[in-house]
Amino acid sequence: MKPSIITFRNVTKNYTLSRELGGGLKNFLFRLPRSVKEIRASGYCALKDVSFEVRSGETLGIIGRNGAGKSTLLGLVAGVLHPSAGEVEVNGKVTPLLELGGGFHPDLTGMDNIMLNGVLLGLNRKDVARKMEEIIKFAGLGDYIGQPIRTYSGGMLARLGFSVAAHLDPEILLVDEVLAVGDADFRKKCLDKIMGFKRAGVTIVFISHSMEDVIRICDRVIWIEERGVKMAGDAASVTGAYLGGG
Amino acid sequence: MNNRNTLRHYADLVIVLFVKEMRVRYKSTALGYWWSILHPLAFVLVFFIAFRVVMRIQMEAYPLFLIVGLFPWQWFANSVGASPLIFLGNASVIKKVKFPRNIMPLAVVLQDMVHFLLSLPVIAGVMFWYGKSPFLSWLYGIPVLLAAQFFITYGIALVVSSLNLFFRDLERLTTIAVTLLFYLTPVVYSEAMVPEQYRSLIYLNPLAPLMISWRTLLLNGVLDPRLLAASMAYSLLFFALGTAVYGRLSWKFGEVV
Ligand SMILES: Nc1ncnc2c1ncn2[C@@H]1O[C@H](COP(=O)(O)OP(=O)(O)O)[C@@H](O)[C@H]1O
Ligand SMILES: [Mg+2]
Repeated sequence: MKPSIITFRNVTKNYTLSRELGGGLKNFLFRLPRSVKEIRASGYCALKDVSFEVRSGETLGIIGRNGAGKSTLLGLVAGVLHPSAGEVEVNGKVTPLLELGGGFHPDLTGMDNIMLNGVLLGLNRKDVARKMEEIIKFAGLGDYIGQPIRTYSGGMLARLGFSVAAHLDPEILLVDEVLAVGDADFRKKCLDKIMGFKRAGVTIVFISHSMEDVIRICDRVIWIEERGVKMAGDAASVTGAYLGGG
Repeated sequence: MNNRNTLRHYADLVIVLFVKEMRVRYKSTALGYWWSILHPLAFVLVFFIAFRVVMRIQMEAYPLFLIVGLFPWQWFANSVGASPLIFLGNASVIKKVKFPRNIMPLAVVLQDMVHFLLSLPVIAGVMFWYGKSPFLSWLYGIPVLLAAQFFITYGIALVVSSLNLFFRDLERLTTIAVTLLFYLTPVVYSEAMVPEQYRSLIYLNPLAPLMISWRTLLLNGVLDPRLLAASMAYSLLFFALGTAVYGRLSWKFGEVV
């Protein structure tokens, strides 16, 4: 059996409710003792006691209704969120697929944004420059690549975002509902690329509401509900139960 | 990643974010570089009118006096003024990607520092106009003050940009604080004009020793050791404070931004 590359051990994630802090500095300071106590005690529990493993080269699907905690789980894998209890272990370079417009500056050109995002996602400038042409070609945006991206449509931004991530030699690829935008043509291109990664042994964590995509791509699926893992198993049976039980 | 590669990547992050700041700043202004000169010069004009023409302040070569004070102040004010939105304005990246986020304020402060450096020839030009010439002491004085101002500005930028994620009303407070600090710092007036009994209070203002040092260095080519020591002490203090605040809070950025 392949070694596990992502391990969650009894992971709990509480969010501090922004109600306490949203009042601003003034309110916080005027009622300092109460504020501190409230923050200590409060918190919205998004995930509770979640344990699972992903093995190297495996493709894991995450399904569940809106607000179930799927993105939270992905944030924990990416290391941008920290567990409130339990342990998250990740052994490899994580490449999140940025969603629509994420990480892109509207006044920069498509090319500038490729460089910016490539480096933010972990590559050196030299490597991004080397791959620039390939990325531009895959995005297929024509002359728009030299235009500020505020002139792009949503679908074009999705193309750009996917193209960058797709050329970063990911070890662990995180996909959070980003394929829904973009036209049929590009969607197919993305799915093909993801299947290519899968064959190449890239570990993929894939969040989607399209059960068709999940069945096509994922080896194993975890269904998140009520803060925990409701069901885990092979793609067909978990998606079947999810659709059946609603 | 080995250490060399990590360092290389860190440097590349600084470079791309620096370039981004430059591009964004000049996005569609044909004036480009001149804009960063004209901005402080506009302030020079306004204060000249207000204090020289209207209030008849007694000082020779007042425009030159204003220029050597306002240019370094603009660097500080621009960086700190931009701080509240440094992390907040990049929420989508911070939510998704793990990277050393303190590079973002670093790039902003460096960018404003470069603009200040580019404005030094203007200062030299105005000095020539007033029949003065640059001093040899600039060669060591400017790097020393640059370092002091860099660390104090970066430290404050780290505090403000981090805290603003938790207390969103900090943005307005920052604007007010920078304006108040400006009038409490001897930039448009000299410390000699401050009444004797209050003069030692100037040292309580973290920016005052630095701004006075810039002026004496640029105008007269001298640095007062006591002012220099105070500038450095404040610089280290705020850098340490900024690093500590960022260190305590940065793990939570992804969920509060
Ligand atoms: N930064 C945050 N602060 C507070 N609560 C949050 C935050 N992010 C998500 N939540 C809450 O946690 C729950 C799970 O959210 P999320 O992981 O985004 O769900 P999903 O991706 O499955 O739709 C939701 O109830 C949401 O309101
Ligand atoms: Mg989500």
